[in-house]
Amino acid sequence: MIRRPYPGGMRFFVFMRLKVNGDTIETLNAANVRQLLCELGIEPAGVAVEVNLSIVKKSEYERVRLKEGDTVEIVNFVGGG
Amino acid sequence: MEDKLVIRDMEFRSRLWVGTGKYKDFEETARAVEASGADVITVSVRRVNITDRKSENLLDYIDARKYKILPNTAGCYNVEDALRYSRLAREAGISDLVKLEVIGDERTLFPDTLGLLKATEILAGEGFIVFPYTNDDPIMARRLEDAGAAAVMPLGAPIGSGLGIRNPYNIRIIIETAVKIPVIVDAGVGTASDAAIAMELGCDAVLVNTGIAGARDPVAMASAMKHAVIGGRQAFLAGRIPKKLYATASSPFEGMI
Repeated sequence: MIRRPYPGGMRFFVFMRLKVNGDTIETLNAANVRQLLCELGIEPAGVAVEVNLSIVKKSEYERVRLKEGDTVEIVNFVGGG
Repeated sequence: MEDKLVIRDMEFRSRLWVGTGKYKDFEETARAVEASGADVITVSVRRVNITDRKSENLLDYIDARKYKILPNTAGCYNVEDALRYSRLAREAGISDLVKLEVIGDERTLFPDTLGLLKATEILAGEGFIVFPYTNDDPIMARRLEDAGAAAVMPLGAPIGSGLGIRNPYNIRIIIETAVKIPVIVDAGVGTASDAAIAMELGCDAVLVNTGIAGARDPVAMASAMKHAVIGGRQAFLAGRIPKKLYATASSPFEGMI
């Protein structure tokens, strides 16, 4: 977790670090898979999501909560033979 | 009777299937796919670009409802990865189809058939419709059929090599005696005549990617492949003449002066 000062106050934002598609990202609001996709601007249709090597079904996007240090893979289809 | 390709409960319009890799851009991919008349297109499963969300997607250009999308497990060198990619593909897509590749060697991209057999068995057990990319070994083709493959996809030659059908005799043995499931030649088709040869041997379909995408004019080659596959299939059904060493005259002897 990373704490960053809240502008003009004594409070802190608490950022969560996730590893998404190999990159470490910091997020404030992505508490679950649905929110993470939303934050990244990714349409759920046509993608598959894996959290810590387990596939998350689309119906579970809301239910599966993310926590500090989770490894997330988000894949889709690209050209291939 | 109409000569339709049927695999499990799926009917196919075309006996030419095409890959979507290696094209200049998505626009060219879409035009080549259209010109090929294919109703099956293969795709790969890869990470979404999370840093550049404006980057375009293949399926923005190709109407997924018009085609059967066949995801592959290209790039997987072991059973675990092949299973992982297959399951992700099923979750990302709408079907249970998978073109299963378990690659054994980087230079030749030849399949690791032991891993392939194992992965086929596991995925078929999970309800996948498995199309394993295999070598031209009739015994392995039979093992894959026994393991639950929906069709077998023997290579004509190494992926992207354009060497054509290197062992037409084995391909024939696979078709005639090794398996009852459909046989689809995958890899090695370099030009239209290669596709026609595969079909003349009695293959049920041909999958082409580099042979089209790598041509100087991919859209024209896609059309050439389409016609070659139709011609090859008709020739197979028509039954070719036996090869003979010496001539037999086509014109009558009778009536000569």
